[in-house]
Amino acid sequence: MSADAAVPAAPATLDAPLPPPILLAQGITKRFGGLIAVNDVTFDIPARSIVSLIGPNGAGKTTFFNMLTGLIRPTEGRISLDGRNITRSRPDVITARGVARTFQNIRLFGAMTATENVMIGHHSRMKAGVFGAIVRPPWVMKEERAAVQRARELLAYVGLRRADFDRLAIHLPYGDQRRVEIARALASEPRLLLLDEPTAGMNPQESATLAAFMRQIRDDLQLTILLIEHDMKVVMGVSERVTVLNYGSTLAEGTPADVRANPAVIEAYLGKEG
Amino acid sequence: MSELQAQLREWRDAAERLVPPWWGKALAGLLVAVGVILPFLTGSSSGFLNGTIVAVAYAVMALGLNVVVGMAGLLDLGYVAFYAFGAYCVGWFGSGFFFGVRVHVGVSPLTSTLAGIHLNFVLILLAAVVVCAVAGMIIGLPTLRLRGDYIAIVTLAFGEIIGVLAVNGQSIGVGGGMTLTAGNLGISAVDSPWFPGSGSFGLLDLRPWYWLVFGILLIVLFVNLRVRDSRLGRAWIALREDEVAAVSMGIPLVKTKLMAYAIGAAFGGMAGAFFGAYFTEVNAGQFAFGFSIFIVAMVVVGGIGSIWGALAGGLLLGYINNYLIPDVLNNLPSAFGLSFQLSSVSFGIFGFLLVLVMTVRPQGLFPERRRSLELTGEIAAQDGELGSEPVGPA
Repeated sequence: MSADAAVPAAPATLDAPLPPPILLAQGITKRFGGLIAVNDVTFDIPARSIVSLIGPNGAGKTTFFNMLTGLIRPTEGRISLDGRNITRSRPDVITARGVARTFQNIRLFGAMTATENVMIGHHSRMKAGVFGAIVRPPWVMKEERAAVQRARELLAYVGLRRADFDRLAIHLPYGDQRRVEIARALASEPRLLLLDEPTAGMNPQESATLAAFMRQIRDDLQLTILLIEHDMKVVMGVSERVTVLNYGSTLAEGTPADVRANPAVIEAYLGKEG
Repeated sequence: MSELQAQLREWRDAAERLVPPWWGKALAGLLVAVGVILPFLTGSSSGFLNGTIVAVAYAVMALGLNVVVGMAGLLDLGYVAFYAFGAYCVGWFGSGFFFGVRVHVGVSPLTSTLAGIHLNFVLILLAAVVVCAVAGMIIGLPTLRLRGDYIAIVTLAFGEIIGVLAVNGQSIGVGGGMTLTAGNLGISAVDSPWFPGSGSFGLLDLRPWYWLVFGILLIVLFVNLRVRDSRLGRAWIALREDEVAAVSMGIPLVKTKLMAYAIGAAFGGMAGAFFGAYFTEVNAGQFAFGFSIFIVAMVVVGGIGSIWGALAGGLLLGYINNYLIPDVLNNLPSAFGLSFQLSSVSFGIFGFLLVLVMTVRPQGLFPERRRSLELTGEIAAQDGELGSEPVGPA
């Protein structure tokens, strides 16, 4: 695919200076009782890159995501963001440190408008407390106005129509809900954006548009993207590095071309021949 | 049916276009003015005024519970605990109950000669706010990891614990022969509120009581409205809608939920302190489980999550319970040759009303705007669940 050439190649040789990893996960294991969902995965994400995590259903991708964002804690291992340990941090603390995510099955706040949803994303960057809310000093009013303004800018950026800004999220069509979810994640001013199957339910054309948009976000906002994706066309087109999980363990890691040619990966996806 | 609804919506939208933008503020001002002059339209110690006073205090409680149940979505079935804490603040800090000490702050010259702790009612109100906010957070702590009905069970148990504590407090010594509560005997001879210029509130003239509770209502209403439209209010709604998504978007779960418990409890404490003073007695028998349910019913009838709904629900059930049934309709059964009084079946009446509201208008009398939008969204045909994939071609 021609998109491969357009994207700067991932550092393949060790003598080229590696960008420092923004996220480093070492020896991550998650056991649910007797079930090992994620088994000793070591993984890093170079800053400003787009990295994909792929694997068959049940491979532990979403569990891994949930550990990175603090929703569940790893049984073993260490996760650090910019060199700071976040293994046991709360989800809201991790968000404040600059990690934002979207969900595989969209999780917008249905009874809130698109703008309000995005303002929730901005929550960790705001300061008003309960007394600020009651007294409403000028700085609180200013902060609130700025948050509305920012939310609307982000909604416009992800391509929501202006008429839909104040509609309840539950009333928006599916594609627009995906857009609002990305805007909500961006509102927390992340440096690392985790997208969990963003193209689920999209047709090939929409998927291609979204893939291009991911690259645009990365370049515009100078952030790093970690992607879980089933659509191989998107994965191969957009990512600089791909990690394959299978039964909770790392099966392969490398450039899209490497991974595509890896016999173990082909076997995991298509089954063994003969 | 839907045509009728569409027609109604059209009329409502047309009416909204007709009214000027300052209409809301003017209406609010008018209502406040009516509220202030209300006691002059009725006798200074009429049954109606008494009913109004209790109903307004109920509305304060409903507004407090609405923060927890409606806005933050945490079903609290032990709200009576804060009535108890608020009332005991009056018993502790505004009576001769702690006879071993003498503390007087801002009370009438007559009260200044009495033993016990005697604080001005405003200070007692502040104490009730602080005590209840702390108690609310403590009760909230064990529910933080729970969801839905499980929260209801835990808070229900806490309400019962506080009730039992109030009864048995007469056996808990706090030194000097004094006890924590007076149990079912009640702490009586509670100080009447006193302010310089007003004198002590008496029971012959109920108007000062009314203005006091009306003032409390206005404060609580103001705080409610301000908090709803703030960063904190948004965070509550987000938590209510989807807890996992909310914490992933940077909302601190513990802090945000505890804040809801604290604010809700503080309002309940204000109403409790008022009741303690108004009934001139703090009796452990007042804090029964049924009262928690009664307040939940006010919120549900009014419309869960809606501030105006909680206000209306509290006033409505308050009037029915304290004026309509005991004063107006009490002898109605005898008019039909039946030998019972209506007040003996009041809970049956409330049950019937609740069923009626749930059948005819399940969203409550004045539903929260976003909830009614959810129900009557203009593109109902396209509405699906969040995240459901489109059925047809997108």
